[in-house]
Amino acid sequence: MSTTISVTEKLVGKSVRRREDPRLITGTATYVDDLKLPGMHHACILRSPHAAAKIRSIDISAAQSHPGVVAVFTGPDVAGVGPVPCGASLPGLRVPHHAILATGRVYYVGHAVAVVVATDRYVAADALDLIEVDYEPTAAVADPEKALEPGAPAVHPEWPDNVSFTYHQEGGEPEKAFAEAEVVVKQRITSQRLVPMPMETRGCVAEYHAAEKSLTLWSSTQIPHLLRTLVGQMLGLIENRVRVITPEVGGGFGCKLNVYAEEALTSFVAMKIGKPVKWIESRRENFLCTIHGRGHVDYYEIAAKRDGTVLGLRLKLIQDLGAYQQLLTPAIPTLSVLMMPGLYKFRNISADIVGVFTNCVPTDAYRGAGRPEATHGVERMMDLLAVELKMDPAEIRLKNFIGNDEFPYATATGLSYDSGDYAAPLKKALDLVNYRELREDQRKAREQGRLMGIGISTYGELCAFGPSPATPAGGWESATVKIDPSGKVTVLTGASPHGQGEETTFAQIAADELGVPIDDVIVLHGDTAIVQYGIGTFGSRGTAVGGAALYFALKDLRAKIKKFGEMMLESDDVTFSGGVCTCNKTGNTVSLAQIAGMSYRAMRLPVNEEPGMQATRFWEPPNFAFPFGAHIAVTEIDRETGHVAVSRYVAVDDCGNIINPLLVAGQVHGGVAQGLGQSLWEQAVYDDTGQLITGELMDYAVPKATMMPWIETAHTTTPSPVNPLGVKGVGEAGTIGCSPAVVNSVVDALSPPGVRHIDMPMTPEKVWKVLEGARA
Amino acid sequence: MKQTTNLRINGTSYVHEVEPRLLLIHYLREVAGLTGPHIGCETSICGACTVAIDGKVVKSCAMFAVQADGSDILTIEGVAASGTLGAMQEAFWNEHGLQCGFCTPGMIMASRQLLERNPTPTEAEIRHGIDGNLCRCTGYQHIVNAVQAAAKAGA
Ligand code: FES
Ligand code: FES
Repeated sequence: MSTTISVTEKLVGKSVRRREDPRLITGTATYVDDLKLPGMHHACILRSPHAAAKIRSIDISAAQSHPGVVAVFTGPDVAGVGPVPCGASLPGLRVPHHAILATGRVYYVGHAVAVVVATDRYVAADALDLIEVDYEPTAAVADPEKALEPGAPAVHPEWPDNVSFTYHQEGGEPEKAFAEAEVVVKQRITSQRLVPMPMETRGCVAEYHAAEKSLTLWSSTQIPHLLRTLVGQMLGLIENRVRVITPEVGGGFGCKLNVYAEEALTSFVAMKIGKPVKWIESRRENFLCTIHGRGHVDYYEIAAKRDGTVLGLRLKLIQDLGAYQQLLTPAIPTLSVLMMPGLYKFRNISADIVGVFTNCVPTDAYRGAGRPEATHGVERMMDLLAVELKMDPAEIRLKNFIGNDEFPYATATGLSYDSGDYAAPLKKALDLVNYRELREDQRKAREQGRLMGIGISTYGELCAFGPSPATPAGGWESATVKIDPSGKVTVLTGASPHGQGEETTFAQIAADELGVPIDDVIVLHGDTAIVQYGIGTFGSRGTAVGGAALYFALKDLRAKIKKFGEMMLESDDVTFSGGVCTCNKTGNTVSLAQIAGMSYRAMRLPVNEEPGMQATRFWEPPNFAFPFGAHIAVTEIDRETGHVAVSRYVAVDDCGNIINPLLVAGQVHGGVAQGLGQSLWEQAVYDDTGQLITGELMDYAVPKATMMPWIETAHTTTPSPVNPLGVKGVGEAGTIGCSPAVVNSVVDALSPPGVRHIDMPMTPEKVWKVLEGARA
Repeated sequence: MKQTTNLRINGTSYVHEVEPRLLLIHYLREVAGLTGPHIGCETSICGACTVAIDGKVVKSCAMFAVQADGSDILTIEGVAASGTLGAMQEAFWNEHGLQCGFCTPGMIMASRQLLERNPTPTEAEIRHGIDGNLCRCTGYQHIVNAVQAAAKAGA
């Protein structure tokens, strides 16, 4: 629950209730679908019902003459626009040309084929039914392993092997480690395709001003500035004539960290008809056409000594890319490789990725982006090793953790872990669940024939993206702080929050640093005409990078304020604190408002100072930050139905210093909900013909309130040395820590009948079948 | 072909000629200009469009505007019409019961109904009461806290 704050108290570290909430709880916030512009038209998109087909012909004449329809466009009309950009590069990467409307061929169900613009959304939808497309279906492949088999249908005929790229990374001497190992354990582990499913689907509104040759694009995106650069390129517009505005964004989770065909298409259409155009994605389209996450088939091998000391880890990673490369598609599995050693002293690592085309919607960043898959892998392997060696899963982890005196720690994958005390959250979590007694309870439960499991995951994550050389679009973030002549403060952040609460946390930071009441601060974001260039919010970077940029801008301003204070107080012994400059000799003071006023009137200026009270910083982090933690899940399985009940869930996270505990708890809860969703229920299922059979909320199990256990949260605090706030990032922690804890727990529960591994989602049907198999 | 609908929404009367196929949520958002209720699915699953019709919460994408003819509708905009936040709104704010806020108008409407029917719900009853409303951000825990806080405040 939030706390009441008096003005003089420091706000950082307090559960300040959010400043964005009044508009959200009264229904007065403006999301993109709430926009209504004079003369606005509506676009609807016709999409392929086939996973692979040639387009023989398209007849749009009936749609064109339908009353209310203004225009219909197909692939050839938009040939000059695009392609949809891939921002990641890898040696030898095959990037198919990604046109904004399919031309000649469709590559996945949902592939955009034509767009109708009408005066009304219902009319546009009606007209879609009047378009006749003559398809010639061809063979499709939806399973990445099948796509690699000889003779599999080629997704892109020009690349019959369906391989987009291969990538090898190695550290230490993996061959030797495996040759010398006393134990080697192998397992195939999958991380199924997931649908990110923000409650607000994608959408955009485009308005073109022909006289100025300028475009305004409102889009539900996580990256307004990158979108502006890239959509401008797609449309051949001059960058400074493109303005991107992100209104309220109803959740992103990575799927809005992208540039989509529809953003260019809606803009193109608006330019063509000379009227503002709105396109809002339906939920069905959201399932079919917005990127999916995960999509891994991983083959792991772990090498160890009999005493449980780990020696090496090998991974063959098959990444289901889908039919195209979206903005970061091929980069995501490389993040898995970077994080594959987890929190352990693996000195010998080898990984081979093969990126595979399938006739499915592309995969890309979804909460955690490559790191949940890696953590799931290494944490499952640690448990499998523990089982093999008959060791306790907590003990084997404690034995292999990187030590507190080893930071910064250079991993075999080339990272430098910033700081940590990896045993601390595990010990705390074990205490919270009363581990010894819990094992005793489990023993008794087993005697009664009950299937009770205890699962541990100790995760590390790569966050706060990141140094620019390691982040495709640039890894810095920007902040501007302006103080008005009246002394009121405006923060402009290049990060583009969408639910994370930076309007509050950044105001907390600014209020503390300037010693002003929080109500004197406003935080603006998400409009490229107002805010300096920025990168955006993703990869748990908002506070760790954007907040740090803000900190440095505030530091610059504090220095300037002090100089004005010295001049106005005619003293060289001045302190700026509590929103006033005080002469330490006379006790005389000048307020921030007086100083700001003076800086703009500029009758007098301190030596070498310019008028005005504004500072901008672009801050480049020297490294990633590495949060870590321990999650424990206790489960009980119903033998008759296979239903998994999570009876206890404990999350101990170390995300460095905490700006607002209430918001951090919210991030952990939401992250765990998505992790639990993956563990137990969620899966994007394509059948063999490439039809998405979980393409509606009826078929895709997003966790509901009754499905969620109570989540007990706790923290340890190891500040990051990477940024001045000492924060590490928390947006993805819950998701990353969750799935291995739950799967380890279920496998532990099923171990008496001899079950060794189970893949996600652990639906009742799957668990029941595994149990039947074990009984047989 | 168009039909007249006569609705009272948040205390104001609205008379419009609408197509019989117009969903109530589209009427509220596009015709009446009340964009507080949101659209998360249009298939009556997510609950983002939840409003109260004659005192009962309904997913407004699950009916046509003409079916609501003559009824009295309360949307999220009407909950704090006097300018003072309702107890449930305060509770969502205090307990951080929202992140992106997209599910929130529907969630608040459903939570209000839940307390009207059961002023002292258990955690399980709260979870059951909001089970028709999806939230992808919060994991529901702070929403449960909010409903409990509102119950305590006698909402
Ligand atoms: S929009 Fe009505 S239930 Fe989802
Ligand atoms: S707060 Fe984002 S969906 Fe509920």
